Amino acid sequence: MVKSKKLLTLFLSFFKIGLFTFGGGYAMIALIEREFVERLKWIENEEFLDLIAVAESTPGPIAVNSAEYIGYKVGKVLGSFVATLGVCIPSIVIIYIVSLFFDTFVAFEYVDYAFRGIQVCVGYLIVSAGFRMLKKMKKTVFNKVFFVLIVAVILVTTLFSFHISSIALIVAGAASGVILYLIKYLTGKISKGE
Amino acid sequence: MNIYLKLFLTFFEIGAFSFGGGYAMIPVIREKCILNGWLTEEGIMNFIAVAESTPGPIAVNMATFVGSSQGGLAGSLLATLGVVLPSFLIIVLIASVMNNLIRYEGVKAALGGVQPVIVGLIVTTGTTMLLSVLFGIENVKSTFSIDYKSVIIFAVIAAAGMVYKKIRKKTISSIFMIILSAVMGIIMFGML
Repeated sequence: MVKSKKLLTLFLSFFKIGLFTFGGGYAMIALIEREFVERLKWIENEEFLDLIAVAESTPGPIAVNSAEYIGYKVGKVLGSFVATLGVCIPSIVIIYIVSLFFDTFVAFEYVDYAFRGIQVCVGYLIVSAGFRMLKKMKKTVFNKVFFVLIVAVILVTTLFSFHISSIALIVAGAASGVILYLIKYLTGKISKGE
Repeated sequence: MNIYLKLFLTFFEIGAFSFGGGYAMIPVIREKCILNGWLTEEGIMNFIAVAESTPGPIAVNMATFVGSSQGGLAGSLLATLGVVLPSFLIIVLIASVMNNLIRYEGVKAALGGVQPVIVGLIVTTGTTMLLSVLFGIENVKSTFSIDYKSVIIFAVIAAAGMVYKKIRKKTISSIFMIILSAVMGIIMFGML
């Protein structure tokens, strides 16, 4: 296939994925698999599993990460750029239009009532997403202790209106993970070959 | 600081430090938007519902929305560029030279340490939102006042979620839940 045509297909495929997946994240992974592994056959199944691992463990939205990764495999930096642009453009256009009218829309009395109901729902959706992730989390002592500690720290600081940066907590989590690994390594609990 | 620069830098930071995608990115975005006075707690919850009901990744939707409300079209483009750029740089690096980066034990250990923090952040973010909506509790000084109408809405959607899960063995669609709660909001607050 001619290179520019391949880039165009890449752009259009991700544009479609960006336009038709609601809720983002994992919903997009299924679509990406259908498009690039089954239909276009640009990505091997094994490489697709690598892609999921990379997209989940690097920062940023999963759909965007996947687009960047597949784009790079297909057309290097330019491909990565084109795929990212494709997956983001539908969001940008739709949300930009929404943003122009949103305040006026929410100001209607009955829309405001609807949103009061929706706020309850958003709280519910976030808590249940959190509990689903908690269920899937490996129940090691480290994870349990850290989870309880984080929940306690945040609830207490929130209630006493004291701010604690969540980015600092994320960095502290990463550092603790590494320190624990080093301690295990140095005390010989993990053999050097691993 | 210039608002465009501020939008770009703030969303760059969000893009660089929020792991897990989707809901996992909400705690960091919420914190940054509230600290900068870009959105209120209510505004964030309203917009999460919009982001869920429109296509595309939540983080990109949030960046575009906040950017547009603070700095018009240019603001929305800069905020979106900011949220996407860190992962673009990291993924290109991984895909080109450090193919095995995430297989290194040290990197795995760091990511393993991040995981319980993310789960803790999401659970507490949702809990504080519910405490405020259902019981009016924002801090120790708030007076406890139950909003019965909201509690009823909560009970109905939680029951709907559980029944669906029991029967269909999968998680109910968020959009369905949002529509259900909107209808209930109109009935409970507007008609009763």
